[in-house]
Amino acid sequence: MTPRFAAGDNVRVRAREIATHCRTPYYLRGKRGVIVRGHGTFPNPEELAYHQLGVPHQPLYQVAFDYAEVWGKRERNTVITADIFQHWLEAVD
Amino acid sequence: MAREHAHSRDDHDRDPHAPVDESHGVRADSALLERALRELLIEKNVFAAADIQRQIELTESRTPELGARVVAHAWADPGYKTWLIKEPKAAIESFLGIDLNLTPELVVVENTPKLHHVICCTLCSCYPRAVLGIPPAWYKSPEYRSRTVIEPRAVLAEFGTRLPDDVEIRVVDSTADVRYMVLPLRPRGTERMSERELAGIVTRDSMIGVAVPGAPRRQTKVSTTKDAGLPT
Repeated sequence: MTPRFAAGDNVRVRAREIATHCRTPYYLRGKRGVIVRGHGTFPNPEELAYHQLGVPHQPLYQVAFDYAEVWGKRERNTVITADIFQHWLEAVD
Repeated sequence: MAREHAHSRDDHDRDPHAPVDESHGVRADSALLERALRELLIEKNVFAAADIQRQIELTESRTPELGARVVAHAWADPGYKTWLIKEPKAAIESFLGIDLNLTPELVVVENTPKLHHVICCTLCSCYPRAVLGIPPAWYKSPEYRSRTVIEPRAVLAEFGTRLPDDVEIRVVDSTADVRYMVLPLRPRGTERMSERELAGIVTRDSMIGVAVPGAPRRQTKVSTTKDAGLPT
């Protein structure tokens, strides 16, 4: 799978609910962030967890979130980053 | 939170002839499950007992001293630092002479006078074992994993790390296939130290980002607690 995003792109983490294994923390779902870097592609952990091959491999990105965007309150000079797979990200303006 | 330090010190002081306690606080049913699984896999020739022994020895050979040597080398050699940040695995393999082929991807994040990184894993306990060894117990605790993203400055303060407001704190949640290691900021007053001496002030906690490397110890009296990087 080809990377859709590049460093500096604005994204939003999909606010999906799934009952099975995934590597997208709840506290970041629906939150807006900025791509820091692409890490390359990795087997999709949602399939890997159930003995599948995890294909197509998914691009993984380090995404930076402003503290206030995540927790709804201000905190001086604080940013949270997490690694999010492409199929959990959508482009925003 | 960081009582682990005291624990690992005790390990060195214990009677060398005492029976080895291999439980490490593991629940009895988990230990039983591990043993049953291990014996089955050996019986089915998936691997041999010697393979497990080799893997245990490899795991135990990885300690924060490796990371500290890499950090000291990056401080001493700006060209190496650039390489380390661009191609961490290749730079570490070349300098330490170890094989990182089978270890997860690694990213080195550099602290500057205006940017401080702290690593956590809110989903489990992802940790750069290849260069820091086995994670401390507090790193895996629900408290550290949740509070670091919610109130990072308070967590850092509990480790004795108070940073000015104009320093950005960047909490790095290792949620997937990449492991992160912090390249700490070289403390002032270390200009004359040799690379070996520099490696001596790079603590495990400073490479996780909950602490900063110690200042030179020559003139200052440092309490044992502080020396071990315990929160004060």
